[in-house]
Amino acid sequence: MIKMEYYLVVSTIMMFVGIYGFVTRRNLLAMLISVELILNSVDINFVVFNRFLFPEQLEGFFFTLFAIGISAAETAVAIAIIINIYRNIRNIDAKSLREMKW
Amino acid sequence: MEYTILILLLPFVSFLVLGLAGMKMRPVVAGAVGTAVLAVVALLSWWTAFEYFSAGRDAAGVFPTVIPWNTVWLPIGGALHIDLGVLLDPISVMMLVVISTVSLMVHIYSLGYMKGERGFQRYYAFLALFTMSMMGLVVATNIFQMYLFWELVGVSSYLLIGFYYTKKEAVAASKKAFIVTRFADLGFLIGILIYGYYAGTFSFTPEAHALVAAGTMIPLALGLMFVGGAGKSAMFPLHIWLPDAMEGPTPVSALIHAATMVVAGVYLVARMFPLFIGYAPEVLHWTAYIGAFTALYAAVVACVQSDIKRVLAFSTISQIGFMIVALGVCTSADPHTGGLGYMASMFHLFTHAMFKALLFLGAGCIIHAVHSNEMSAMGGLRRYMPLTHATFLVACLAIAGIWPLSGFFSKDEILTACFAFSPVMGWTMTAIAGLTAFYMFRLYYGIFWGTENRELHAAHTPHEAPLTMTLPLVFLAAVTCVAGFIPFGEFVSADGAAYAIHIDTGVAAVSLCVAAAAIALATWMYARDRQPVADKLAATFSGLHRAAYRRFYIDEVYQFISHRVIFACISTPIAWFDRHVVDGFMNLLARGANGAAWLIRDMQSGSVQRYCIWFLGGALGLTVLILLIC
Repeated sequence: MIKMEYYLVVSTIMMFVGIYGFVTRRNLLAMLISVELILNSVDINFVVFNRFLFPEQLEGFFFTLFAIGISAAETAVAIAIIINIYRNIRNIDAKSLREMKW
Repeated sequence: MEYTILILLLPFVSFLVLGLAGMKMRPVVAGAVGTAVLAVVALLSWWTAFEYFSAGRDAAGVFPTVIPWNTVWLPIGGALHIDLGVLLDPISVMMLVVISTVSLMVHIYSLGYMKGERGFQRYYAFLALFTMSMMGLVVATNIFQMYLFWELVGVSSYLLIGFYYTKKEAVAASKKAFIVTRFADLGFLIGILIYGYYAGTFSFTPEAHALVAAGTMIPLALGLMFVGGAGKSAMFPLHIWLPDAMEGPTPVSALIHAATMVVAGVYLVARMFPLFIGYAPEVLHWTAYIGAFTALYAAVVACVQSDIKRVLAFSTISQIGFMIVALGVCTSADPHTGGLGYMASMFHLFTHAMFKALLFLGAGCIIHAVHSNEMSAMGGLRRYMPLTHATFLVACLAIAGIWPLSGFFSKDEILTACFAFSPVMGWTMTAIAGLTAFYMFRLYYGIFWGTENRELHAAHTPHEAPLTMTLPLVFLAAVTCVAGFIPFGEFVSADGAAYAIHIDTGVAAVSLCVAAAAIALATWMYARDRQPVADKLAATFSGLHRAAYRRFYIDEVYQFISHRVIFACISTPIAWFDRHVVDGFMNLLARGANGAAWLIRDMQSGSVQRYCIWFLGGALGLTVLILLIC
């Protein structure tokens, strides 16, 4: 029997790997992948809590499915933005996006 | 008679149209619009006068005061409020006629005189503004409305003196005129406030018991108001702005600085006359002494000036002195016993406006012909400009007081009033009237006879002015010829009752003899090609001559007081305090804010990832905080 805490450790690691990647990666695509890692860690949490704490209910599963759908849509939007940025400045380095200051 | 409000509104609309859209118009169109509006205004004014005086007297035997239009403009609290409106009584109706007539003549004249000038449209806009303000001043229903329009005429005078704003002298003169009159208006304003406080109203007809209770404050208020009037009417020692104001275009000098605006002070005293007589007769007599001294001073200075417009300016100051004297020597409101001066003053105001405007417009024609203000460029002009010569002569005879021209009648009434006050005053004013005749004929001979500047006239032959300029001259000359026979006392008198003017033969004979002698002296001294007598006199009394030419150094005294005393001892320390302490504190605040901004501006790096770290750090911090608290 795999205990609930093991799952949570995995999801926590995923979460902080994602945060670390988001902060340190220079490439916008890498940052996007990091965001996906964070999202997926939360999805795991939902599923795990549903499975171990409230096995007779299904909200956690459905919420996870819902979140996967949302994140797919969000990724599409993000990639569209990144493509546009590339078209404008021929670069997808986060450091060169200083224009956002003003 | 509600249409009288149009007399104010039409010039104002004309000012707005010409001022805002004038530069889009062609100059001819702008001039035509301005003149046409003024013609309508003049017709309305004349019609108002006709209707007002033909409506007749009321049961008490006086022309009733009509207020066809009035509105509360600014309630101050209590019973005190400032109204704006139109008040018609004999003197305001008389002033309407004078202003609109002279203004119309000046509008027509300027079509020729200002032709081709840069800013022609602007000129007409300012003329309209001035006319509106002056009309508003004379029909004021209360002293505060009078003050508002008083300042407006000051502004339009400033704008018109500085019309040639690229000329340094004109700019300096406009500033001088504005500052000197503003300084005097401070007295006026304080007087109004004292008056309003004690009388409980700004109207011209306060409750008698309030004035009696106020004691010495009412004479003080009236005296302060006279200070304002003295500034506008160029009474000594506040006269210094008027000679310099001649830097403006000559028609403007005719309208503002000879005929209308400068008599505003006289009009003010006449307007407050019942209060002066009732509560402050001694203040009124002081105005007479000031007026007499001013008349004498200006007449002496006028005798030696070489710029023809300066001569006319000093002559204006002197004649306004006559009007003030006439008001000041009144000892009662009954024209039969000591109140004659009121009527005489208004009569002289009326006739003087006509012939002085004529003199200035004539001077404009001459300047137009020889392109100089100096008498040395003139001489012998009678051959080149017969019409200007004839009308100028009429005006000179009128101001000298020769029968049957208008000046004779009004001046005779003034002298009669002065003799009734005291023989000293009477003889002084008679002597000044003689001086008037002398300097006017010195001017006349200097321009039209005397030493001709042949060299200049050969290089550029002087020519008669165009019809638009000579037409007003002829009209004003005609008015000058007949105005003396107007039964003026029938319309205007101190107590409102009809007063039949009768010529005091003794006074008239003396003043005529003095004037004739002065003219004869001027003829002997100045009419010929060579003037040995005048040159010798000037050489003998060179100190006096130079002092009079420099206007007895009054301007230098002002210069000394303003620059060496006020600027050096008061203004400079205040300026230092302002620059270093007041501004310094503000600069310190600004620099502090700037420095703080430099410190925190790095936070706004524009880097998404740095924002993210701040966000996470903040969220973490909050979480820790919440955990610690719970």
